[in-house]
Amino acid sequence: MQRIGVFVCWCGSNIAGTVDVHAVAEALKLEPGVVFSIDYQYMCSQAGQNIIKEAIAEHKLTGIVVCSCSPRMHEATFRKTAQAAGINPYMVEIANIREQCSWVHKEMPIGTEKAIILGKAAIAKVNLNAPLTPGESPVTKRALVIGGGIAGIQTALDIADAGFEVDIVEKKPTIGGKMAQIDKTFPTLDCAACILTPKMVDVAQNEKIRIFSYSEVTQVKGFVGNFDVTIKKNARYVKEDLCTGCGACVEKCPQKKVPNEFNLGMDNRRAIYIPFAQAVPKVATIDPNACNMLKNGKCGVCSKVCAAGAIDYTQKDEFIEEKYGAIVVATGFNPISMDKFDEFAYSQSKDVITSLEFERLTNAAGPTAGKLLRPSDGKHPHTIVFVQCVGSRCSSCAEKGKEYCSKICCMYTAKHAMLTRDKYPDTEVYVFYIDVRTPGKSFDEFQRRAVEEYGVHYIKGMVGKVAPEGDKLMVHASDMLANKQLHIEADLVVLAAAIEPDKSARPLATMLTASMDTNDFFTEAHPKLRPVESPTAGVFLSGACQGPKDIPETVSQASAAAAKVIGLLAKDKLTGNPCIAHSDEMMCNGCSSCERVCPYGAITYQDKEFRMPNRTTAIRRVASVNPAVCQGCGACTVACPSGAMDLRGFATKQIIAEVDAICK
Amino acid sequence: MQVNEHKPLIVAFCCNWCSYAGADLAGNNRLAYPADVKIIRVPCSCRVNPMFVLRAFQRGADGVIICGCHPGDCHYTSGNYFTRRRMALLFSMLDYLGIEKERTRVEWVSAAEGAKFAATMNDFAEKVASLGENKRLEDLRCKK
Amino acid sequence: MQKITRNALVEKAVAMLNDGAVSRVLGWRAGEFGYDITPSVFTEAKDIEENFVWNDFCGANFSKYLVAQTRKGEGKILVFLKPCDTYSFNQLLTEHRFDREKVYVVGIPCEGMVDIAKVKKLCGDGISAIECGEDSLAVTTIYEDAPIAVSTKDVLAERCLSCKSKKHVAYDELLGEEGEVLDSNRFDEVEKLEKMTADERFEFWQSQLSKCIRCNACRDICPACTCEKCVFDNPNSGAENKAPATSFEEKMFHIIRAFHVAGRCTDCGECSRVCPQDIPLHLLNRKFIKDIDAFYGDYQAGEEVGSRAPLVNYTKEDLEPSEVFERGDGANA
Repeated sequence: MQRIGVFVCWCGSNIAGTVDVHAVAEALKLEPGVVFSIDYQYMCSQAGQNIIKEAIAEHKLTGIVVCSCSPRMHEATFRKTAQAAGINPYMVEIANIREQCSWVHKEMPIGTEKAIILGKAAIAKVNLNAPLTPGESPVTKRALVIGGGIAGIQTALDIADAGFEVDIVEKKPTIGGKMAQIDKTFPTLDCAACILTPKMVDVAQNEKIRIFSYSEVTQVKGFVGNFDVTIKKNARYVKEDLCTGCGACVEKCPQKKVPNEFNLGMDNRRAIYIPFAQAVPKVATIDPNACNMLKNGKCGVCSKVCAAGAIDYTQKDEFIEEKYGAIVVATGFNPISMDKFDEFAYSQSKDVITSLEFERLTNAAGPTAGKLLRPSDGKHPHTIVFVQCVGSRCSSCAEKGKEYCSKICCMYTAKHAMLTRDKYPDTEVYVFYIDVRTPGKSFDEFQRRAVEEYGVHYIKGMVGKVAPEGDKLMVHASDMLANKQLHIEADLVVLAAAIEPDKSARPLATMLTASMDTNDFFTEAHPKLRPVESPTAGVFLSGACQGPKDIPETVSQASAAAAKVIGLLAKDKLTGNPCIAHSDEMMCNGCSSCERVCPYGAITYQDKEFRMPNRTTAIRRVASVNPAVCQGCGACTVACPSGAMDLRGFATKQIIAEVDAICK
Repeated sequence: MQVNEHKPLIVAFCCNWCSYAGADLAGNNRLAYPADVKIIRVPCSCRVNPMFVLRAFQRGADGVIICGCHPGDCHYTSGNYFTRRRMALLFSMLDYLGIEKERTRVEWVSAAEGAKFAATMNDFAEKVASLGENKRLEDLRCKK
Repeated sequence: MQKITRNALVEKAVAMLNDGAVSRVLGWRAGEFGYDITPSVFTEAKDIEENFVWNDFCGANFSKYLVAQTRKGEGKILVFLKPCDTYSFNQLLTEHRFDREKVYVVGIPCEGMVDIAKVKKLCGDGISAIECGEDSLAVTTIYEDAPIAVSTKDVLAERCLSCKSKKHVAYDELLGEEGEVLDSNRFDEVEKLEKMTADERFEFWQSQLSKCIRCNACRDICPACTCEKCVFDNPNSGAENKAPATSFEEKMFHIIRAFHVAGRCTDCGECSRVCPQDIPLHLLNRKFIKDIDAFYGDYQAGEEVGSRAPLVNYTKEDLEPSEVFERGDGANA
């Protein structure tokens, strides 16, 4: 049996004005377990707290009920008081007789009666309280960043800058991501490579950062502070430590007809390749699907020309196991496939291209060395039509497109149009749009400049059809403001394809038990207040994996995620919330209902041997809750059919005792 | 007309993060609602087991209301989505058994909606009062 | 009359037992009367040849027995499953209740099973033997000299009259012809109740549930009720209850029982079959199934292993509880 002390606060006249506090203290004296009851002017004051401390000592109290303001105000205060007096802080319960009683009920008898009932409920609960101790777990002081685009790069640099080790896992042979493919950046029009590649070099030179390029995460175990991650380093058939990146092998490789991914297949690369000149790490990679030596053992030229002796045709995939305290997801985005958008003739004409392809066409390091030429015949296009929202904001045709706004297209299309007009004033540029959405610092001014200074024709309306006719493209569109049909004879059509999360995100989310929305963007722990954290503790979100973002926004979020990681890694130990779920193994069926409602992936299953009736044993699947991961929502307790799952601090028995006390 | 002597008893389960704070805000703003409403704090509306609802009726409650964060705003991201399904089905079942559907309710009240909390409780208490005593889910042993 | 013969099942069972592919066979054995068939584990071929029963009274769903049986003994267990039983089988697999590797499922077709209560209604008490014929039963009673002929379709169990599927959703091997998922009228009764007034519904359920003697047969037979320890036996659950002392407890038990299997109930109808008080318990389960289908889209528990039950799932656009009573489809009027 508990020995409970009841402390009724007047809160000056705030409570005492409409609640007979003395009557409450007297009435609650009679409740089971109560050995002491008193009322006082200000319970939260030093004097009030001393009354509590003295009562604890004098009456050997094991539990405390404070009838006062909301627990949201002073629960923490009174818990500390109790702890200072030597009893467990979780043996304190608050009866909210101010906000939920004296302030809303004006008549003294009514307020007093309700205050007594609320007190009784709190006493009933404390009678069933048990001392709780928050769990502690150590923190591995190293972070993993998955994805080496600008988001991953910025996050890694910031974490490393704070003195922690960081590993970047990038599935491509080089870090850099989409930003490396972009020509100029809005709204300042500085060249992407000029601002990105120095950062890539910083990463390469930073002692705290390791890059696992051409690698992927294959397994994640553990929890916040203690992740065990398996990284698969794909065989690149080149010894990274020996390769100097001189490029001799690339030059001599006889297999010249491999579509170049970096230029989106608009030109070819060799079977052994370095994606681009500023690649980090600057190491060659052999494409096993194209290399003759790997396919049929006939060639070996690269091995012969490599002065460093770096070529190794026998290299195997390597698995590395590493421990991390925090994981940052920075898997980025891709433009959606244009296969289902036949109306734009993307698959029929080479001169219908996506905006990312347009970036490569205008990039000095691209397939045309920066000259804007038509992919079909290499001629200079005189009329270019840009189509926005291709697959974005697609409610009726959600089958092929995305319902959301891809956010970046309005700005990059304005950029493309402006740059085209700037470099080739003889070119007519049309932009078809649903709405122009350019919120952002200096963004709207930028887009207006495209219209006002560069004479880009912005037309509100959608393109219905693009039909190749001879060497022209007939663009059939509507001008919604003029309410008329337009037919434009274009040389080049550029589609602002919607962007979607990288395909690797979904399996990664499963590994991390991190939640995703229906579009496969990672969800935040809270959409407003915790935007860079995943609901899964220790997993953070950086960049477009969380939602469409431009570069400035991505970098902000990347640094924010890094700050969160640093905050975590700076701790030696993580202290958990002790009010968490726990499962009674003797009752658990292992049915997985709890696991399915857990937003944090805190529940795992083990096969355990149990003694059954008749001296037999049986292996049963039972749930266990990871105390470091559980946040204590209680969803599992209701999903559990047998009642094996319960929540500390809000146990079924406790809540029922409150119900009973209130209804008595 | 006979005056109904019966004072209804209403149990309100409020999630700690939104609705309980909403109730506090109603208090801060001195927005009155009937004292018949007694609040039980739960971490999340998804902690409310159908058994709690039945238990309240058994012990003499005349109405049970569950309040949580607005869908999409759950502190635990998805708790109230489960509440929504569970309670939609439970309440539909109670109705199917002929138990007055006005005795149960789910309401989303944010921490900023003190006024909504008070208005909701006033409305709910009035509806429950008009139904009179809970007879269909009562347990005679628990009668005073 | 069942299309698949007893011989076919016996041959299969004996063959598998003899060649060691399985060590046990879960099948039907005669009970005290010809119509009360008992689930039984056979380990001897001879026992099977002599005592295995297959007729119109083999309604028992064996899926749940696998939870206990797969924990016992060595080797695989052969189980005969009718189409509706296979849904329970999948649901149990979804919930990891037994090891699939330890079971060999032989799917057998089913033409519907007979409800002995209906036979008794027609023929009276004192039934001493029943012979299952092509479309009829020959019922011998101690009061009549000649057997009474009863048309099988007149005495089919309610759940078979509204059969939802003749298709097996799980098996290692099929005997006989495979059927199809049927268009079932199984929600008609629920709809009838929904159209009543609240007072009428209350009256109906009060009179039905007050018959409950809390024998727990419905719980014990239910393939969705496989908890190691039932919530009604768990003193910490607040639902612990051994006998319905008041009308509240009668309702509480059945509401909580139905809620616990909501979204997991495959509508196999075993609860109503075994209820000694003839309470139409399936009407509670079907209400949940009907609501789930209407609120969250069609969902058949057990159709697919690993599917996410509606109560452990959600969409952001789900119906609000307040909208349950505002829908204009006549339900919950």
